[in-house]
Amino acid sequence: MEHYLSLFIKVVFVENMALSFFLGMCTFLAVSKKVSTAIGLGVAVIFVLAIAVPVNQIIYHAILAPNALGEGIDLSFLSFITYIGVIAALVQIVEMVLDKYMPALYNALGVFLPLITVNCAIFGGVAFMVQRNYTLTESVVFGIGSGVGWTLAIVLLAAVREKLKYSDIPDGLKGLGITFITSGLMALGFQSFGGISL
Amino acid sequence: MADSQAMKKALWGPILDNNPIGLQVLGICSALAVTGSMQKALIMTIAVTLVCAFSNLFISMIRNQIPNAVRIIVQMAVIASLVILVDQVLKAFAYEMSKELSVYVGLIITNCIVMGRAEAYAMKEPPLMSFIDGIGNGIGYGAMLMAVAFIRELLSKGSLFDVEILPLIQNGGWYQGNGLLVLPFSSFFVIGLIIWAIRQYKPEQVEKD
Repeated sequence: MEHYLSLFIKVVFVENMALSFFLGMCTFLAVSKKVSTAIGLGVAVIFVLAIAVPVNQIIYHAILAPNALGEGIDLSFLSFITYIGVIAALVQIVEMVLDKYMPALYNALGVFLPLITVNCAIFGGVAFMVQRNYTLTESVVFGIGSGVGWTLAIVLLAAVREKLKYSDIPDGLKGLGITFITSGLMALGFQSFGGISL
Repeated sequence: MADSQAMKKALWGPILDNNPIGLQVLGICSALAVTGSMQKALIMTIAVTLVCAFSNLFISMIRNQIPNAVRIIVQMAVIASLVILVDQVLKAFAYEMSKELSVYVGLIITNCIVMGRAEAYAMKEPPLMSFIDGIGNGIGYGAMLMAVAFIRELLSKGSLFDVEILPLIQNGGWYQGNGLLVLPFSSFFVIGLIIWAIRQYKPEQVEKD
């Protein structure tokens, strides 16, 4: 239990998806204008990561890994295309299920759900899971944790940007420029979690 | 046949006028992570340019056959196959490099430049122009990547492409390397400042709020 707890803390703070691996940056910078939309997107990301990482873990170890299907069969070169197919299919399924059983949440997430397919945080999460050889339980914890970390980062950035509207910024830095600098400072802050050993 | 003027615009436009990173907010993830050294940035640029150009070409060739409802999946399949090719070639001929780039090669699949150009340009335009647009956007992305890598590698390690330019104090020289620029997140600041510089030069890109 302790092992899973420390893994969770590690992926939320020390190895934050957005601020130490820079994954999902495009949406991170583009959809962080308002806190409410940031929360909606964050919840969707947690949801998809929590399902996509374990599912891909099973598929990788049952089918793609060297010698998984039979002696001498190595399908690991197919991994990228499989992951992306699984993620796209999962997003589609999640969308349909939510639409049928939880229309309130579905409406709240709106356009963000389909966009998640191309969010590199999801793909990155899956790729890291394979690279680090997580077991099934570990991958569940890792999926949820990295989603929570990403959400934390985007909500914080959105909160800062809401306040930034009232400040006097040089014309050329307005919008994207100042957002880059702000997220740089946030990453600097998150860097200080690096000293925690778990 | 498109005239040469339009071609030139598609090829060179993305560097300053319509930079994928600076203005379209595409492909930022990899731009931040692989700009620690010029060599890494160059390999990444070549990989992204090739994938972007060829995915644009192939998608544009089959654009009239793709049903609208499944177009994202079709684009993904084309892009993913190309990235697998790049990954396998890197593993075969530059194994050290592919280890260092780790997941970021695979992440070209979800690099929004490739996806974004396929969706916004290749689905509408003929193959040759799409191919050139792909190369152009690859170059625009690469220009930003190389600029950031140039600043970071020169000021942090005093070298370019691992060739010593400013001799470091540790090696008996005079230059004290900047420790901040070694860390990946420093590219946030560098890119932010570059965007500022571009927008001072081209005021029409300034965002209205």
